[in-house]
This record gives sequence, structure tokens and C-alpha cells, in this order.
Amino acid sequence: MKQRPSLDLSALPTFGHGPRSPTWWGTLGFMALEGMGFAIAAGAYLYLATLWPNWRLSAPQPNHWPGTIVTLLLIVSLVPNHILHGYAKRCAIGPVRIGMVVMSLLGVAPLVVRWFEFPALNIYWDTNAYGSMLWVLLGLHTTHLITDVGDTIVLTVLMFTRHGYSGRRFGDVGDNVFYWDFVVLTWIPIYLLIYWMPRLG
Amino acid sequence: MSSADLASERDLPPEREASVKGDIAPEHDGPRDTGMDDAGLHRWLTRTWRTPPGIIGALSSVDHKVIARRYLITAFVFLCLGGLNAVAMRIQLSGPQRGLIGPDLYNQLFTMHGVTMMFLFAVPIVQATGIYLVPLMVGTRNIAFPRLNAFSYWIYVSGGIFAWVSFALNMAPDVGWFAYVPLSGPEFAPGKRADVWAQMITYTEVSSLAVAVATIVTVFKQRAPGMSLDRIPLYVWAMLVTSFVVVFAMPAVMITSTFLILDRLVGTHIFNPAEGGDALLFQHLFWFFGHPEVYIIFLPATGMISAIIPVFARRPVFGHLGLVLSLIAVGFLSFGLWVHHMFATGLPKLGASFFTASSMMIAIPNGVQIFCWLATLWDGRPVIRTPLLFVFGFFFIFVIGGLTGVMLASVPLDLQVHDTYFVVAHFHYVLIGGSVFPLLGAAYFWFPKISGRMMSERLGRWHFWLAFIGFNAAFFPMHLVGLWGMPRRVYTYPAELGWGNINLFISAGAVVFFLSFVLFTFNLAHGALKGALAGDNPWDAGTLEWATSSPPPSYNFARIPIVTHGEPLWAEREALPVATGLRVDVRELLISTVAEAHPDIREKSATPSIWPLLAAIAVGGTFVYSIFTPWAVAWGAAPIAITLIGWFWPKGDPEDEE
Repeated sequence: MKQRPSLDLSALPTFGHGPRSPTWWGTLGFMALEGMGFAIAAGAYLYLATLWPNWRLSAPQPNHWPGTIVTLLLIVSLVPNHILHGYAKRCAIGPVRIGMVVMSLLGVAPLVVRWFEFPALNIYWDTNAYGSMLWVLLGLHTTHLITDVGDTIVLTVLMFTRHGYSGRRFGDVGDNVFYWDFVVLTWIPIYLLIYWMPRLG
Repeated sequence: MSSADLASERDLPPEREASVKGDIAPEHDGPRDTGMDDAGLHRWLTRTWRTPPGIIGALSSVDHKVIARRYLITAFVFLCLGGLNAVAMRIQLSGPQRGLIGPDLYNQLFTMHGVTMMFLFAVPIVQATGIYLVPLMVGTRNIAFPRLNAFSYWIYVSGGIFAWVSFALNMAPDVGWFAYVPLSGPEFAPGKRADVWAQMITYTEVSSLAVAVATIVTVFKQRAPGMSLDRIPLYVWAMLVTSFVVVFAMPAVMITSTFLILDRLVGTHIFNPAEGGDALLFQHLFWFFGHPEVYIIFLPATGMISAIIPVFARRPVFGHLGLVLSLIAVGFLSFGLWVHHMFATGLPKLGASFFTASSMMIAIPNGVQIFCWLATLWDGRPVIRTPLLFVFGFFFIFVIGGLTGVMLASVPLDLQVHDTYFVVAHFHYVLIGGSVFPLLGAAYFWFPKISGRMMSERLGRWHFWLAFIGFNAAFFPMHLVGLWGMPRRVYTYPAELGWGNINLFISAGAVVFFLSFVLFTFNLAHGALKGALAGDNPWDAGTLEWATSSPPPSYNFARIPIVTHGEPLWAEREALPVATGLRVDVRELLISTVAEAHPDIREKSATPSIWPLLAAIAVGGTFVYSIFTPWAVAWGAAPIAITLIGWFWPKGDPEDEE
């Protein structure tokens, strides 16, 4: 078919942040489907909880303190996370490197406390369905935490190599910030379900 | 031109130095297509976009057309295998008390038939068609996240091999395609058969979810300039809505299969009523996915019909906006129907009434679509060719399936015919009529684009009539035998019930239907080898995939087309307006804005890589191992992490770095 050039794209930039970038939309897509997974798991928990009048099924209450510490750590981490986002948008390589190191540490810290959360549930996964659902919910979020912290550490290393100083990498940092928000955000309802809903009953 | 010339060209792009300006990221540059002559442009783009030669090259391919072709062929192989399952069952049922197949094998056969057709054929083939067509139809050079797309194929094919190798080892799932607990739970399904079901689900859903995200981003961000929302082809709209349904439905079945594996492997009690779990929870979770699944299969088929009808009616589709809104409405409503699969479980009556109402409501947008298509045909001057014949077949069969669907939405009737052949007849009318007939029409319609050659029209007509008669002969009598009380999933029946003759007739119909696929296969092979050359646009269609050569080059379009109308090729018959200014020495494509499709960014598209295959092997190995021990997750974590790092770590290509 014959062609008629009628638009010049040569002045367009080669990368963009946020909703301009396809990776941002891809990240959003994965958040949507993973968020749906969380919602379904939480729905299953609530379904069982409303089905049985004596929910908690005579199990002891979970100790909320490790979970509360994780929650506080996660909420505090949002501040440097968003400062890092600002640096990434400005393509400031030095501050971005420092910010990535800080975020790696702030990712590992809740993971360490998470280790103490499982025994603090005060029930095993194979005791009854209540125990099973607590372990499933906590396990689901821990999987997200581990994969995102792993991803953050690899990206931090990458930012210190010669590959770091490019628009594409600054975009990656922006998407990493975005995904961490999601990891923190999904924790809040799960925290309430695991530690505070059993106290209601 | 030798490969040495190409290599030297690639090594000599002018001005590759980065210009560093303070805190601004570096800008790189290279040769652009502006003002380049067609032959030179073709040489550059071929060099930049080709799949590397050799086996490693082939396994590294990220070209959406290459991946889609593999998907299509693999899904077709699974269709044949699933069809052979059905033929074996029909031979066993052709007379009372036949001893060809025993109950244990029969259980595996109907489970494998359902699992193969739903998870290994129907969903992958509609997604594969989208992987091929969506980037072409929106006027871009590759799908978004091409390596993720390649990864999805490897995961899908390993899931399929896993299921069928299990079948060969007499280890195939035997608990039905929806594997209800407690039948599939630890108490009643010892051995590994139910685990094979659960893990095969994980493979295919990971693959579908990956394709769905890639499709959504392709449609949102990679549309050609000018393709605002109202100019997106209806097929692309259908794939977009389908992908959203996948994103929100498939996690439910992954959670279900994971819960089942946990119950079976590590002793959780999620589905165990004795320890505070609930067996019905499984059905809720499964059908929350399972009903949208029907629309995941059906919506792309409606998109195909909306693409075929205007071309053969010779006018733009009637009611474009109504069709788009119907697609979206069906997508939403598909999530409100799942309980109608569970009417026989004794749910509260008020809940059942709600789901009856919503089951009937979804007939409204589906009806709108059908009336829009009929109006298009009515007002056009239809040219009856094979693709349109299959669309007519769709109308006839799907409407019958829809009518029995409205019947089944009523609780008293559903209770009466639950788990009988009436239901088997209904869902084969809906699924084969609603999806397979449009797919066959689509195969005739787009085969020239994929292969560059036409399929035989004469054989196509024979194929249509054989398929249409065979299908109805096989499935219509099932309504009757179902009303007479014949249950589904029985491996035989006594002669005294008097079901022998009608079952023999059904089996004969099934053989005719099977033969129609043999003829189709022959027509495909004959067309690919000896068919008449198709040219760019053999049907004089209006959408962008017909603006490039058949088969399309690796880079799809030498220059990105500009869209001025819903049927751009009908609006611009003299010469297609195109955009210039993209680099030709790296894989550059155009990112546009979501609503208006204004050009926004010149983005790099990923280069070929072997790492998606390695990552799929690591993930697949972990899945298989995990049906034997929970520690598989720990052991598999390291290889998965290594392959993913290998995948994402930049290798020095400009596509990785800039």
C-alpha cells in the first residue's frame, strides 16, 4: 500500500515516568491481579469466619506485636520511598543510589520481624481452618515482601554499575517505588484481618 | 546483501555518544527512517527486528507473530488430543454395556477432555489469536513486554506436556474438570492425580495472566497515532475486555488450586468441614473464575465476528458504540453469575433468585450484539464466503445454546436436569457454537495474512457443512437423552433404559464432526503449501493488519500508520498517512496516550533473549516438584531468582540501556 509521510516523531523523548510509561501500566496490571488474589483470599477467610459461630475455633488470640512493628516499619518506609521517587524523576543518580540502599534496608527490616510473626500467630496451619487461613494470608503477603525486596536489592546493585545512569533505569526505580506502595497498602487489611478481627469475636 | 554488511552497518551508527546534561538522563541517537528510501529502510529494519538464526535464536524469539504461531499450532494439537478423548468416549457410549473402556480410564478421559479443551485449547487459542492480531491491528511493531509473552508460551506448553505425560503414565486427573472437593481432597483422592489437575491450572493461569497484562498495555499505550478510543477495532476492544476479565477472574482459580494443594500436601483444612473449613467454598472460588471463563472464551469470538461481518457485508458495522458497550457490559456481568452453577447445592432462595436474574440479564447485551450484526448484514450486500458461513453457523448454534441457557437459569428446571446430558448439550452448543465456529471462520479469514496464501473455498464449504451437520447430529440428541435422565460422566448404561439407539446416533454425529476437522487440517496444509497467493489485502478489509504484507515482516510496518477513521484502509484508499522519525538501528516503537493516542514517547522494545525460556524451565520444574514436597518452593527459589536476574540484567544492547 502506498504511504504518505504526514507526521514527524523525531523530537519525542525516549522515556517517560509514571502513566506515560508502559512499564507503569504493566506494574499496575500485576498489582490488579495480585490485589485480586489478596481480595479472594481475604474473602475466603471472611466466608469461613461468618460460617462458624465460634470463629477462632477455640484457638488462642494471636500476639499482635510483631505484626504491629512490621506495620509501623512499612508505613515509615513510605516517606523515604517517595523522596526516592522525586530523585528518580529528576534523574539524580547520586541521591537515587543512596535512596535505593535505604529502601533495600527498609525492605529487609520488616522481613526480619516477619520471621517472628509466624510463631506469634499462636496456632499452626494444620490445627484447624482458622490456623490455615492465618498462615495463608501471612504467607501470601510474605511472598510479595520477599520478591519485592529481592527485586529492590538487584536494582540497587544495578544502579551502582555502568548500566545505572539511563532514563530506562530511572523509570525502573520509579516503578519499584510504585510497587512498594502496593506491598505496604495490601498489608493493612491483612494486618487487621489477622490480628484484630479475632479480637472482635 | 550479506550478513557482514549488516553487521558493519550496525556498528557504524552516527552520533552514538551520549550527551550528558547535569541531572538529565543521557540521550542517545542513531539513524532515523526520515527520508530513507524503501529498500534501505527495509534492510535496516530487517536487520534490527529479525529473530536470530539457529536453534538458540529460535528459542530466543520475542516476535509476537512467531510466538503466536507457536501458540496456535500447540493449541491446535491439544484440540486434536482433546477431540480424540471425546471420540474414545463416544465409541464406548455408542452402545449399552460396551467393554472398551473401564470406569477408571473413562474418568481420566472426561477429565482430560474438559481440562484440555478449556485450559490448553480454548483460552490459549483465543489469546494466541490476539497475540498475533492485536499489535498489527493497533499499528505497532511488537506486543508490550515481548519477553513476558515468550515466557507465557513456554509456561503454557510445559503445563500441557505435564498434563499429557501424566495421562500417559496413568496419572491423569480423574475428578472432572472442576475437581470439586471432597472428591479431589486428601481423603478421597489419594495419589497424585488431583495434584496434577491443580498444578496444571497454575501453569496455564500464569501464562494467561501474563498475556492479558501484555495485551492490555499494548492496547492502552501502543496504538498508532490517531487511533482514539472510538477508532479502536471491535476485535481489539473484545481482546481488551477479555484481558480485564482474565486479570480479575484467573486469580480466583489460582487461589483455589493453591488451597487444594495446601490441603493435600501440608495438611491445611481450608476445605475440610470437620476442622472449620468448608467444601462449598471450593465451588464458590472455582465458579467465581469458572463463569467469567466462559466469557473469556466467548468475548474474543464476538470480536472475530465483528471483524468478519463488516468485511463481507461491505459496510462498516452497525452500532459500533452499542457493540463496545455490550462487550464491556458482558465483561462486568460475567462476574455476577457464578452461583447459577451451584443451584443444586441448597443455597438460600433469595441468593438463587438474584443469580437467576443476573443470568437472564446478561442475555440483554448479548442480544444487542446479535441484533447489531444482523442489522449490518441486512443493510449490506453480503458476499457469502467461508468465514461468513461459519458466522451463520455461529448464529444458529449459539442462539440455541443461549435459549437452553435461559431455561437453565431457572432453578426448578436446573435442579431437574442437573448433571444430565441436557447440560452437556447446552454447554457444547454455547462453547462450540459461541467460540469454535467463530474461530474456524477467523481461521479462514486471517489465514491469508498469517501464511500469505488462501485456503480453498470449495473445501471450506465442504468443511462448514460437514462440521455443521456433524455438530448438530452429535449434540442435539443429547438434549433429549438428558431429559430422559441420562447422567453425564457415566462410562456405560444398561440396555433396558433404551438409550442405545440415540447414543449410537450421537456417536455417528461425533465421527462426522471429527472428520470435518480432518478436512480442515488438510485444507490448512494444502493452503499453506499450494494455496493461491493472497496479497496484502485479499478481502479488501478496512483494518490495519491488512495494510502490511502477508505474512507481515518482522517489524510489522515499515512506517507507523496514522489512523483517521474506524476503518482506516477504507478511508484512505489512495495512500496511507504514516509517521516518520523513528530510529532504525534499534528496536524503537511509538508509545501514545491512553485515550487520544497522541504520540508521546519513542520507546525501545526488548531484544530476543533465551532467559524467558530458562525462567520458564525453572518455574515449571518448581511446579512439578511441588506436587511431591512443599520444600520445592525453597529449592526452586534460587534457580527462579537467577533466571529472572539473567532476564532483566542489561546485556549492553541499546534496547536495555537507553
